[in-house]
Amino acid sequence: MEISTKDMKRVSLVTVKGRVDSSTAPDFEKALHALIQSNRSQIVLELAGVEYMSSAGIRGMVSSLKAAKSGGGDVRLARPSQRVKEVVELAGLTSIFAIYDDLTEAVGSF
Amino acid sequence: MIKRCLTVPGRFESLAQIAEFIGETARAADWNDDEVYHVQMAVDEACSNVMEHAYGPGGPGEIDLTCCIQDQGDLVISIHDNGMPFDPSVVPEPPIGADLESLPEGGLGLYFMRKLMDQVTFQFDERDGNVLTMVKRRRQ
Repeated sequence: MEISTKDMKRVSLVTVKGRVDSSTAPDFEKALHALIQSNRSQIVLELAGVEYMSSAGIRGMVSSLKAAKSGGGDVRLARPSQRVKEVVELAGLTSIFAIYDDLTEAVGSF
Repeated sequence: MIKRCLTVPGRFESLAQIAEFIGETARAADWNDDEVYHVQMAVDEACSNVMEHAYGPGGPGEIDLTCCIQDQGDLVISIHDNGMPFDPSVVPEPPIGADLESLPEGGLGLYFMRKLMDQVTFQFDERDGNVLTMVKRRRQ
């Protein structure tokens, strides 16, 4: 798994690639919580390059969303890969996360 | 019938190797990409549960996987460990569709396994430990 973060004016863009499983999800979750703790709680998660996401990745996204919302922010998903869409649907989270097929639209939504 | 076995350390670092093993076996039986992915996902969730709950982080123990393609094409996967006994009846159903506040952060692994596979059976005995058997039937 690769994670890169780019801080923009109002939004932090977090790009994730590769496998998000129980082995890598703690780093994924840690990166998101670190942003939120530094008052960067408006987050766009770009997930086009995620080849696999397990329930551990979902757990990280849900805990980050809760933390971001309690700080007045949000975690929004941009360009999720087919596999990410599938697992988000399977977990019944399509109405919990705002999901955008276009990255510019996701960033501009804040 | 095709039968393949793999034994790996019960640590999260083994998950990518397990996915590769399941993928190779299922593809050898001409399963399509979606089917292969779903089986890999169910096995990943099952093995993650063993690593996290049966053995615990960094705990000792191995996981033995046996993957059989039966003559009619069904895929039968057995996952064996010697960790703490697992009782699926104590795992609550996740509240799918609940709002964010009442959403637990965990508890989805077993739910995913049951959604993705046609049959999921747990057995435990003192001598043999935990054996999870999952079946994915060949679609006609």
